[in-house]
Amino acid sequence: MRTDQCKLLIIGAGPGGYVCGIRAGRLGVDTIVVEAAKPGGTCLNIGCIPSKALIHAADEFARARAFADENELGIRSQDAKIDLARTIAWKDGIVDRLTAGVSGLLKKAKCRFLAGRATIIDGKTVDVTTADGLVRIRTETLVIATGSAPFELPMLPFGGNVISSTEALSLDAVPARLAVVGGGYIGLEIGTAMAKLGARVTIVEAADRILPQYDAELTKPVSARLAELGVSVHLSAKAIGIAPDDEALRVATPDGETTVQADKILVTVGRRPATQNFGLEDLSLRMNGDFIEIDDRCATSMRGVYAIGDVTGEPMLAHRAMAQGNMVAEIVAGERRSWDKRAMPAVCFTDPEIVVVGDLPDRVPGAKVTSFPFGANGRALTMERSDGLLRIVSDPNSELVLGIQAVGVGASELAGEFALAIEMAATLTDIADTIHAHPTLGETVQEAALKGLGRNLHI
Amino acid sequence: MVTLSMKLPDVGEGVTEAELVEWHVKVGDVIREDDILAAVMTDKATVEIPSVHSGRITWMAGDIGDIIAVGSDLALIETDGPAAAETSPAAEPVAAETATEESSGPTAPEPVAASPGDAASPEPESLRALPVGTAPLASPAVRASARDRDIDLYRVRGSGPAGRISLADLDEAANGRQDYGSTPRRMQRQGETKVNIVGMRRKIAERMSIANSRIPHITVVEEIDATSMEELRAKLNAARGDKPKLTILPFVVAALTKAFVDHPEMNARFDDEAGVVTRFAPAHLGIATMTEAGLVVPVLRHAEALGLFDVASEIARLSDAARQGKATRDELTGSTFTITSLGPLGAIATTPIINHPEVAILGINKMAIRPMWDGSQFVPRRMMNISASFDHRVIDGWDAAVFVQRIKSLLESPALIFVED
Repeated sequence: MRTDQCKLLIIGAGPGGYVCGIRAGRLGVDTIVVEAAKPGGTCLNIGCIPSKALIHAADEFARARAFADENELGIRSQDAKIDLARTIAWKDGIVDRLTAGVSGLLKKAKCRFLAGRATIIDGKTVDVTTADGLVRIRTETLVIATGSAPFELPMLPFGGNVISSTEALSLDAVPARLAVVGGGYIGLEIGTAMAKLGARVTIVEAADRILPQYDAELTKPVSARLAELGVSVHLSAKAIGIAPDDEALRVATPDGETTVQADKILVTVGRRPATQNFGLEDLSLRMNGDFIEIDDRCATSMRGVYAIGDVTGEPMLAHRAMAQGNMVAEIVAGERRSWDKRAMPAVCFTDPEIVVVGDLPDRVPGAKVTSFPFGANGRALTMERSDGLLRIVSDPNSELVLGIQAVGVGASELAGEFALAIEMAATLTDIADTIHAHPTLGETVQEAALKGLGRNLHI
Repeated sequence: MVTLSMKLPDVGEGVTEAELVEWHVKVGDVIREDDILAAVMTDKATVEIPSVHSGRITWMAGDIGDIIAVGSDLALIETDGPAAAETSPAAEPVAAETATEESSGPTAPEPVAASPGDAASPEPESLRALPVGTAPLASPAVRASARDRDIDLYRVRGSGPAGRISLADLDEAANGRQDYGSTPRRMQRQGETKVNIVGMRRKIAERMSIANSRIPHITVVEEIDATSMEELRAKLNAARGDKPKLTILPFVVAALTKAFVDHPEMNARFDDEAGVVTRFAPAHLGIATMTEAGLVVPVLRHAEALGLFDVASEIARLSDAARQGKATRDELTGSTFTITSLGPLGAIATTPIINHPEVAILGINKMAIRPMWDGSQFVPRRMMNISASFDHRVIDGWDAAVFVQRIKSLLESPALIFVED
C-alpha cells in the first residue's frame, strides 16, 4: 500500500469540495481532493448544468415548432425536428468542458486531485482505492463533501423504466409518455423540458399543489404554463407502484386509484445525503437527522473534521456548498471565519422561472409586501411573456428588505440583485433610488420598491 | 341525531347583551349537560354559561370580545337524542365528520364537513415575528472588516438607514468615539404591537371615559399625621388573637362613615340626565381592587354598621373573590362612595377618577416617616397623604375642603371616630 500525507483532505469534488480545494490550494494549504467520479459532482455532471442544457434545447425546439404555425411574430419555418441523442452529446460536451475546467483550476491552485473511492479509517486517515491500487492518506484536517443522491421510493425502485434525474438527463430519445413522481423543482424542470420536446407528461404530487414550499402566488404562473403545455398534474396524489404490464404508474388519488400510462417514470421526490458506505459511520459524528451536524464554522462534533454541502442539510444547493467550501478552506488556512450569510437564493428553472431570496410573506406576519407584475414591464412584453410578478417583503418600520421573490421569464438572472440587496441590508429606498437600466426585467425590482414607498410610477 | 341550539340565557336583571370573554370549548368537543361552555361579561360580573344539552359542539357564536344578545344562539350542539322542539331550523343533520373550521360571524351556521386528512400538508414552521432579527445590519465588506479588526458588531451603533453599520461607524467604534466596548450596542427598538381592548379592559375603558368626560373633577390633596392611628393600629393588631390583621383601610372606612353623618352630600350618586342627586343613608363603599384582569370595585355593604375587624375580614373576602373572578354581580354593584389605595405604591399624590355616578372618591397615598416641626424641633412623624376627587358640578371646593379636613381630623385623632357624638 502506498501512503501519502497532506494538511487538508477533501472527500468529494462537487461544488463544495472543489471550491474548498481551489481556495485552500491558493492559500498555500497542502490539499488533496478525492473523487470517485469526474470532478464537478452532481451539479456539473448530472444536475444543474445538464438540466439547464436540456431546458435550453427544449425551449429552442418548442420555439422552432411554434414557428411552423401561424404566429404573431410573423416568422415561419419548416417542421422542426430534434435528434435528442445529438442534443445529449452537445450537453455532454459542455459538461466535459466544465469538468476539465475544474481539473485545470485545481491543478493551477496546486491542489492535488486523486481519482478513486475514499474510505474513512479514522478522523485523520483515509484509504483511497485508485486505479493504481490502494493509497492510505494521513491528513491533519478532513472535509466531508460527499453530496447527495436521488431519493428512491421503495415501491418504485430505480431500474428499467423507473429512472432518476440522472438517467432523465441522458435519454437518447424523447419518451412518448413520461410520468413524473414529485412536483418539486427537479421534477417540474425536467417534466417541462420533456413536454416541450414532445413527450406527454403527467406530474403526480402528494401535496395539494406543485412546489409546496412556496406560496400559491409564486406557483400560479407555473401551473398555468404547465396547463398550456398540456402537462397533466395530479395533486394530492400518491404513486403506489407500477402496473403489472410495466407500462403504467399506479396512483392513489382522493377519488380512488387510477393509472398513468408511461413509457418512463421519473422519480424526483427529493435527495438524501450521501453519508453511508465509506466509513463515515465509524467516526460516530453527531448527526442532525440524516445530515451531519455542523456548527457555524462547518465543524462537526469531531475536532479537525468538517462537513460541507448537501451532507449538512437543507437547502441542498450548489452555491451554499461553494460558500461553505470557501469558508472552510480559509478556516483551515488559519483565518477567522464563521457563517454569517443573510441571503440564500433559490431558483427553480421552471417555466416561468421562480427565484426566492429571504423571507416569504407568510413567514413574517406584519411585514409589508409589495409586488409588481411582469405584465407592466416593457422588456417582459417584448419577450412575449407577461405572466409573473416580482415581490418585495420588507419591515414596515425600518424599510429593511427581508425578502425578494419573483416568478417570470428570465427571473433567474435577477437572483444576484435580490441576494445583494439582503446581504447589504438594503432598504426600499436603497433599491428605489438606484437607477435600473431600461428596458430590462430588473426594473421590476425598482418598481416594486417604489410602490412599497408609495412612489409608484408604472402601476 | 339532531342539532340543538344553546342560547345565551338571561344572565342578570336588565341585561340584554353580554360580551364573550372566554370559550371553554371548541368546535368538535364532546360535552355533557352542565359543562361550562363559555364565560360572558355583563356590566360588572363575569358569568359562566353551562350547557343545557349533551353532545358535540358544531358551531360557536363568535370570538372573544364579540357582543352576544341574550336569547341568541351561543353554540350549536349535535346530540344523539330524539328530535326536540328546540331544533334550530338552520342546522341540518350533519355527516359523521365534524366541522373543524371555526365559523365566524353571527350568521346562521352551516356545519362544514372537514376535508379528508391529507398527510402531505406541510409541517408548521416557526414564524418570524417583527421586529426583525437582532443581527447587526452590515454589508459583507463591513462584516469582514469588523472580523479582521476584532470588532464585535453587536457593540457598534449603526448610523445608516434601519441602523445599518458603515465602515465609518467601525472607525468611530475602533477610535473610541463611540462608547464601544463598555456596553452592548443599544439597538433601536422597532415595531408596534396592537392589543385588542376586550372584556374587562373594554368595560374599564368605557367607564373611565364616561367618568372623566362627564365629571369635572376637583382633587384635594391633604397631609395627615398618622402617628396616633398607627400606634392604635399596632396595639389592636398585637391583641387581635385570631381576628384578621388590621390595615389602615378599616380606619379610613370608619372615618368616612363617621364623616358622612355631617356630609351626606358626599355619599351620593348624581344622575346628571335626570338632574337628581340621590344621597344614601347606608355607606356602601366601593373598594378599588387590582386583579389580573384589571381594576374591579367590590362593594363593602353597610360599612357604617361594621366594626374595624368586620371591615377587615369583609374587605379580605371581597378582594379575594374579585381576584379569583368569583365576585357576584351583587358584590360588584351598588356602591355609594369609593376608596382607592395602592398601598406602598401609593405615591405622594394621585388624581383619582370618580366611580361614576358617585360624586366623590378617596385615594390613600403612601405613608412615610417624615421630619415635622413641632414648634421647637423636628420630630419624626408617620405622615400620609390623602387625595380626594369630587364632582365639581354638585360639590363646591369649599365643601370638598371641609370634608377633607373632617377626614384629616378623624384620622389624626382616631379616638374621635369612636366617640359617640
